[in-house]
Amino acid sequence: MRSTEVMVIGGGPAGLSAAVEAASLGCQVMVVDSDLKLGGQLIKQTHKFFGSKEEHAGTRGFEIADILFRELDENKERIQVLSNTTAVGYYKEDGVVSCVTGEDEYFRVKPQRVIMATGAQEKMIPFPNNDLPGVYGAGAVQTLMNVYGVMPGKRVLMVGAGNIGLIVSYQMKQAGVDIAGIVEFMPHVGGYWVHAAKDRRLGIPIYLRHTILEALGDRFVTGAVIQEVGAKGGLVGEPKKIDCDVICMAVGLTPTCELLWQAGCEMTFVPELCGYVAKRDNQMRTSIPTIWVAGDAAGIEEASSAMVEGRVAGLNAARSTGHLTDTEFDARSSLYWKRLSDLRAGPVGEKIRYGISQACCGSWEV
Amino acid sequence: MEDKSKDIIVCRCEEVTMGEVREWIAKGYDTFDELKRLLRVGMGPCQGRGCREIIMREIARAKGIPMAAVDPGIFRPPVKPVKLGVLASCEYTKE
Repeated sequence: MRSTEVMVIGGGPAGLSAAVEAASLGCQVMVVDSDLKLGGQLIKQTHKFFGSKEEHAGTRGFEIADILFRELDENKERIQVLSNTTAVGYYKEDGVVSCVTGEDEYFRVKPQRVIMATGAQEKMIPFPNNDLPGVYGAGAVQTLMNVYGVMPGKRVLMVGAGNIGLIVSYQMKQAGVDIAGIVEFMPHVGGYWVHAAKDRRLGIPIYLRHTILEALGDRFVTGAVIQEVGAKGGLVGEPKKIDCDVICMAVGLTPTCELLWQAGCEMTFVPELCGYVAKRDNQMRTSIPTIWVAGDAAGIEEASSAMVEGRVAGLNAARSTGHLTDTEFDARSSLYWKRLSDLRAGPVGEKIRYGISQACCGSWEV
Repeated sequence: MEDKSKDIIVCRCEEVTMGEVREWIAKGYDTFDELKRLLRVGMGPCQGRGCREIIMREIARAKGIPMAAVDPGIFRPPVKPVKLGVLASCEYTKE
């Protein structure tokens, strides 16, 4: 049985920030990540971030990952990183986490504190032939293109006009892939206008109030059928056939929370956070006093806020293990929450603010 | 127009179709765990990451209840397949 003071599950923006925060305050930290390379989605994000300077606005995602890797390195005597390692179970009887490295090494860890930064998984919508080769999740397309330099196909139909759908369409177009169009069920674009405008300037059609009816093809995708959706939700007009060899699904993410369920954390379904999430207090602590949650696992948002939530979780784990005074804690904590409230300010943050209000219980102490 | 939706593969790991899921929900097996035991949905390599939410939506629609009222079922370790040989030869068994 291995042991560690703080175990961080997930090495994306939230998990790495949590690890660096806790280690820099003196904690012994173990980070496990199921991927071969740390960084989560950041390593495939070639677009520049928005927000403020503290949140690396103007810097590209993969460069932000490099900044976090450097911070990891500065604290390397206190951080053990295990990549290609999946935390596969949390046993609430004794707080033991079981892990598998690759497919051949199984081990158990007894951490004093756990930070769940397990991120998100892509949603899929059911339609006939959606199991044909050529139907991809947008995350997979981004990995192929931006991590491995592989084009997914020649002509792509994108489903979903949120930020991911808009950005990935633009990146594919830049790489020379023809974009047949972007299909969006809602009457408006879900992502930022600036991303939609870039797509439109390159001549990519955006079909608002449209849905995909089916994928066409025998052994692989050769096309798709889309149709307009009326104001009452029913189909109107005639179905349109679109020629394409790839259908890319960008219809949203949902928090990855199996381990939180296994741990017995109190869970709640919050549509604004895109699925079941752990109830948490105003310091990201779950109903299990030794477990914190951060990033997309706590509700689908953005990498910028995920990084700050990671800092909050790491800071709290460090306080609870006696590594800093209340005064030091208060100073840092109020700084991080100020940054989070800045990121969530204004009409754009309205949905996330409401979602968090549904999941946050204030304090677990009675 | 013919309804092609019944042939959609909902659980790819265990090759369960939308038609089967709807048929058993209509018979009253309207929780994820019951459908799991009957059809093996969510028991393959992805452990329900692909199908769970789609099936929960079908349950919500059939019963006329919101998603928040649909029980996602029990989550047991491991969250992805682990070879029995690896489990059998690990430090755990030697402790």
